[in-house]
Amino acid sequence: MADGPVIRVVGLGKSYVTAAGLFPALKGVDLSIERGEFVAIMGPSGSGKSTFMNLLGCLDTPTMGDYYLVGRNVAHMPGDELAVLRNRTIGFVFQGYNLLPRMSLEDNVALPLVYSGITREARREKGRQMLARVGLEAYANSLPARISGGQQQRVAIARALINAPSLILADEPTGNLDSHTGEEIMALFNQLNDEGITIVLVTHEADIAAHARRQVRFLDGHIVSDLLTSELPQAPVSPVIPAPPGLTPTSEARRC
Amino acid sequence: MLAAMLGEAWHAMGSNRMRTALTMLGMVIGVGSVVLMMAIGQGAQYAVAQTISTMGSNLYVVIAGSTQAAGVRSGGGFGFTLRVADAEAIAELDDVTYVAPVHQGTQQLVYGAKNWSAVVVGTTPEYLDARAWSVLDGYVFGDSDVRSATRVALIGKTVVDNLFEAGEDPIGKTIRVRQTPFVVIGTLGAKGQNLDGRDQDDTIIIPLTTAQRKVFGVPFAGSVRSIIVQASSAEAMPAVEKSVTALLRQRHRLREDAENDFYIRNLAAAADSAAETTRVMSLLLGAIASVSLLVGGIGIMNIMLVSVTERTREIGIRMAIGARQKDILMQFLLEAIMISIAGCLIGLVLGIGGALLTNAITDMVIVISGGSVIVAFTVAAGVGVFFGFYPARKAAALDPIEALRYQ
Repeated sequence: MADGPVIRVVGLGKSYVTAAGLFPALKGVDLSIERGEFVAIMGPSGSGKSTFMNLLGCLDTPTMGDYYLVGRNVAHMPGDELAVLRNRTIGFVFQGYNLLPRMSLEDNVALPLVYSGITREARREKGRQMLARVGLEAYANSLPARISGGQQQRVAIARALINAPSLILADEPTGNLDSHTGEEIMALFNQLNDEGITIVLVTHEADIAAHARRQVRFLDGHIVSDLLTSELPQAPVSPVIPAPPGLTPTSEARRC
Repeated sequence: MLAAMLGEAWHAMGSNRMRTALTMLGMVIGVGSVVLMMAIGQGAQYAVAQTISTMGSNLYVVIAGSTQAAGVRSGGGFGFTLRVADAEAIAELDDVTYVAPVHQGTQQLVYGAKNWSAVVVGTTPEYLDARAWSVLDGYVFGDSDVRSATRVALIGKTVVDNLFEAGEDPIGKTIRVRQTPFVVIGTLGAKGQNLDGRDQDDTIIIPLTTAQRKVFGVPFAGSVRSIIVQASSAEAMPAVEKSVTALLRQRHRLREDAENDFYIRNLAAAADSAAETTRVMSLLLGAIASVSLLVGGIGIMNIMLVSVTERTREIGIRMAIGARQKDILMQFLLEAIMISIAGCLIGLVLGIGGALLTNAITDMVIVISGGSVIVAFTVAAGVGVFFGFYPARKAAALDPIEALRYQ
């Protein structure tokens, strides 16, 4: 694997065709993320951070600029090659967990391996290993609906890790969780980052972003600040409210 | 990869059983009816072919012309224009395999206390060859029997059943036709009904000369009512008809402008039209059944379209974690194909079961050919691909970002 930054974007821009004409969502962004970094992308709605994440995740292609993922320019790659990149190089963690409801947790975790051409036995083996890594091996044969939201997000993280990706992209991973469970998930991310995994996280919550080592702030399609968390003035951290006893965290959505 | 995809498709089918079952129902009914209808159609064709083969193949019957006496005209076969010598002359023609002069009529048979009315056929040994009629037991009379007008008889199965007690051996027994005693020298193999529904086994065959002299009586010695002519092949039939006509006209010294004093009937023509009728019938049955297969296919497409919409988010997730467009296409296509093949298998079982049931209940002849099963199966798989492709294509063309956002 090539040395150098995991992510390097140069003049990256994306415009959407709308009824009102061409709408530039991202207006020429330069950013470099090194191996082992933990970066939080922040910004209000419409700041362009979601567009940026879609581009980073190779789910979309830019209308201008270049994107080097692990040294390769992927800005103009055809769809099928992007799919292979998503499979091998990127691990996604979504706000809504996005587990397949009719599949066992083990199969959910191993799903990316289906598209890597791995045999069934090897998938099972690897799936169980990953579930063990997030502490949920006991639920290997359960369906996602049987476990709590926080546990589902752990399963989603296990799924993101299964192909040993160069990069984990997490889009509001704690958005659907209560703050206590959210903290647990962030602790897991911190632990993974300590193991050397590169993580890019999108959030609009300052106390979540505070778990990252670097915070990049978007506004109106531009990067307006790019600072290490240690350089930022200490944000007022909201107190952790312990869950009442006997109440398990649910996956009930708190939409923002 | 394919194994994993098959597993996924199986899983998807199992996770919504009711819907899968209802989707399959279309295929089940489609394939089931195709198999059943083809079995019935081919059965009918088989039955007709069977009947035709009992008549003997490539046969012409030359019938004597009608007579006119005091202004009253008889039907064909009652004149005295055909002669045994005509038959002998026809036998010399090219492409003619067997020729048999025939004089037949219905007579009362008596054996002991029993009596029975049957068709008495006076002919030569060639008759059995031309009609492809086997002798079950005993032997066939020879040309010397014909020459010397011996009183021997071959009797059909129906005659045996009606004149003799069960288990009684008719061979060597003496029966009477009208007042003349005949020794039974053989029994004939069963042939069943002919195309008109007449029982061909209700027959007794005796030498021509005996029939004419002792049973029917003929005013002109050597005349005969009809002659059976067998051509060597189906292709040779038109040529044989022409040469027989020319020969008979010459032998009968007919003038150029005179009408034939005989008729030539082609038995195969009647048989062909019967075969054609059943063929058209089975085609029609197949066509109607195919429509239900088509409707089944449309049902699959419908459900797959619904399924794609319902699983939009799933498609988005799969794309995000690395599924290529062709993976998604394959997944939905395989699902459609599996539903159709599973439906097809159930349909095959029900169709074959239905055919056997029809056979058991109605005595209708049923033919389940490997061909029709293979055709039904291939068509079902084809329907799955054809009607599964559009929904699968739709799924594969989804934008992963939009699909992930889909609620």
